[in-house]
Amino acid sequence: MLHYYILAPFLAAAIFPFIYSDSRRLHAGWFVLPVPVVLFIILLQKLSVLISGDTIMQTVRWIPSLDVNLDFYLDGLSMLFVLLITGIGSLVVFYSIYYLDRTEQLKQFYVYLLLFMGSMLGVVLSDNVFVLYTFWEFTSISSFLLIGFWYKRKRSAYGAQKSMLITVMGGLSLLAGLIILTNITDTTSIRGMIAAQEDILNSGLFIPALLLVMTGAFTKSAQFPFHTWLPDAMEAPTPVSAYLHSATMVKAGLYLTARFSLIFSGTDAFFLLVTGIGLITLCAGSFLAVKQTDLKGVLAYSTISQLGMIMAMLGFGTGGAVLAAIFHIFNHATFKGSLFMVAGIVDHETGTRDIRRLGGLMSLMPVSATLAFIAAFSMAGVPLPILNGFLSKEMFFTASLKISQTTSLASAFADFVPFLAVFGSIFTFVYSMYLVFGTFSGKGNVKDLPKKPHEAPKGMLAAPAILVILVIIIGLMPNLISGSLLAPATEAVTGEKALVHLKFWHGVNIPLYMSLAVVIAGTLLFITLKKWQPLYGRIPSYASADRFYNGLLSVLTNGSKQLTNGYMTGSLRLYTMIILAFLTGAAGWFLWRTGGFAFSTSDLAPVTIPELIIGAVMLIAAIASVFMTHRIAAILVVGVVGYGLSLLFVFFRAPDLALTQLVVETITVGLFLLCFKHLPKLWPLNKTAGEKFFDLIVSLSTGTILTLIAISAHSSKWFDTISHYFVETSYTLGGGKNIVNVILVDMRGLDTLFEITVLGLAAIGIYIMIKLRTKGD
Amino acid sequence: MSEWFEMVVWGCLVINCLSILFLLYRAIAGPSNPDRAVALDTIGINLIAITGIIAIILDSIHLNDVILLIGILTFIATVAIAKFLEKGDIIERDRD
Repeated sequence: MLHYYILAPFLAAAIFPFIYSDSRRLHAGWFVLPVPVVLFIILLQKLSVLISGDTIMQTVRWIPSLDVNLDFYLDGLSMLFVLLITGIGSLVVFYSIYYLDRTEQLKQFYVYLLLFMGSMLGVVLSDNVFVLYTFWEFTSISSFLLIGFWYKRKRSAYGAQKSMLITVMGGLSLLAGLIILTNITDTTSIRGMIAAQEDILNSGLFIPALLLVMTGAFTKSAQFPFHTWLPDAMEAPTPVSAYLHSATMVKAGLYLTARFSLIFSGTDAFFLLVTGIGLITLCAGSFLAVKQTDLKGVLAYSTISQLGMIMAMLGFGTGGAVLAAIFHIFNHATFKGSLFMVAGIVDHETGTRDIRRLGGLMSLMPVSATLAFIAAFSMAGVPLPILNGFLSKEMFFTASLKISQTTSLASAFADFVPFLAVFGSIFTFVYSMYLVFGTFSGKGNVKDLPKKPHEAPKGMLAAPAILVILVIIIGLMPNLISGSLLAPATEAVTGEKALVHLKFWHGVNIPLYMSLAVVIAGTLLFITLKKWQPLYGRIPSYASADRFYNGLLSVLTNGSKQLTNGYMTGSLRLYTMIILAFLTGAAGWFLWRTGGFAFSTSDLAPVTIPELIIGAVMLIAAIASVFMTHRIAAILVVGVVGYGLSLLFVFFRAPDLALTQLVVETITVGLFLLCFKHLPKLWPLNKTAGEKFFDLIVSLSTGTILTLIAISAHSSKWFDTISHYFVETSYTLGGGKNIVNVILVDMRGLDTLFEITVLGLAAIGIYIMIKLRTKGD
Repeated sequence: MSEWFEMVVWGCLVINCLSILFLLYRAIAGPSNPDRAVALDTIGINLIAITGIIAIILDSIHLNDVILLIGILTFIATVAIAKFLEKGDIIERDRD
């Protein structure tokens, strides 16, 4: 059954464009809406299976020979994510019906969205690592398409490209890590790998595998220093930002970390990497969020920091921390989704998202303002019993105080973690307040806004309202989902039965003091915001990851351009030089390394004086031809070499070769003369002494290496020749006394056939080149 | 073959080869292209002689074709070069 759930969005994406074009009266979103809603309802019913402690596993064979099969597995963790994907997916589709105008390219939008939904379901349900990777890249591609939805805008194209490059880089690194894991454990199943955890931990490739897999997770979840794509992805339509870049896709990295934590956790490296990066991301993200002036920019950095917080909790390695992480994944999806939708409403109704221009919208848009305040307070962790964000933040503090100190590194770092947690949370508080108060309170200059603001339509408000109601319900009654959803998910991550009971009031303890400290310090900082915000201008621009990305990109493109221009100069001389130098170097190195040079004088024929003289003639003529300054002179001297060669054939008793050589030499001289009429006179090549010297080196070494190879080939005969066979059988089998000719047309006739073909082609080619040349050439 | 005959034959062969060597000097040194053309033509004639002597040494009739061919080809080559030097072209276009 699981396969159909994953297939359903893909099928819908395939069918939808055909259905939609037939009936244009309804908004396209209404046709898409049933898919996530029905999936959500069906999957919700599976919850009973999980509560009873079971899991669902289904397999369809795909590539059995490579052990790659469509294995899908539904446990608590997958369940949490599929419910988020389908649930928030439904709300986002509903919201987009009101958000996106009918004039937009709705067909494309919903096809991309459905593709994304299906691939995201595939990611969280796959048990086979390569299927997981396949869906992982599907999410990258569909996210790319959605970010670049308004492809005519330059910023959209830039953001789409950036997110594509970074997430695909991480995806490829993930693939490499998965291949290493598969090689170590000899299985492609995640659960098989968990079972073989000992092998992985004892393998020498453990650290590379961990780094590669976690790079994939960090890039997808926008962790430091790969977070830089997420703020630029805000060029996407707001429903996309709400869905992909807050609730689902950016959590794929968290899912991966959680899913693989049974393999990696408990090691120093995992703790250091995940907690370290998570805390850095938390602090840097929340700190930078205050700097932003764009509503969605604040939300993007806020998402980064919240994801860092969850990532850090996954690294803590205690059951309580995992529970807090899972709980916060859920909570973050609810309040961040609603905040994005509200930001979209504000943008939609006022025409701007710039906080500096906004303000005082509370009386004009009371419903949106209420929703935003509740969601933002939840995000800030304000200690109110109706906010789920406070509960998970409290659990975060608790977890940060009780880090699993099984490893030496963990105990060394444990003391710093609570301080970093508080630091990040203070700025979380500041930007949350900045976000809502900056937008909705104060005076504001309503007349300057591009549009006259008024309350959004009810349909648009419905989706964020549902999410905010969820925030309140979970805040009031957290145990509503603790037993059914959070416990199985925690169990899936830690591998141990989790006893979950959430309550709002823990009594007066350290986490509460931490929360209060956050609120007090945050309030103070927020009130004095105007005074210290200019400090952000002092942050040197070279310290930003964005600048690093752009610099790297231009270094790469310019570097490869320069590299290519460096050797692809269009000069045939250089190409020939490279080819010859490489040939000489490779052949020489290889022969030297393998001891291939051999020199034997045992098998040499006697040399006569006439042969020596002819050899000397050819040598002198060949050398002289290089120094000729006139074309005719050069060709005539080369002709001497050709005639000398034919004479050598005569000396060595090869009359057929001598005949052919003579004819070919004469024709070649004639052909050269034919061309000379059209060629200019030889001009002196103005080469520097260095170039000449280099040419000399290359040509001398090429000649030397070829001579050495020829001598070695003659000196090391491994087999007897087969020529005696031709001598014996040329008359009995071939019926001819001329052995050369019998070989050419009988024994090895096929070669002759193709040499005839070559000549024919050359003739046709010449004819075509002369006859069909374009005028002016 | 008698000893004297063999000595004469080898002597001729060496002399012919030396003659080619000297002709090579003319072919390289020039000074004009007609000089080189004549040198190449004479080299061809020496080739005929050498091939003939080698045919005697090898006591073979199979090189006779080569002798005839060299005769024809050196003639053709020399005519072509001469025509080129004279007119700057070998095959003239029809002018009708």
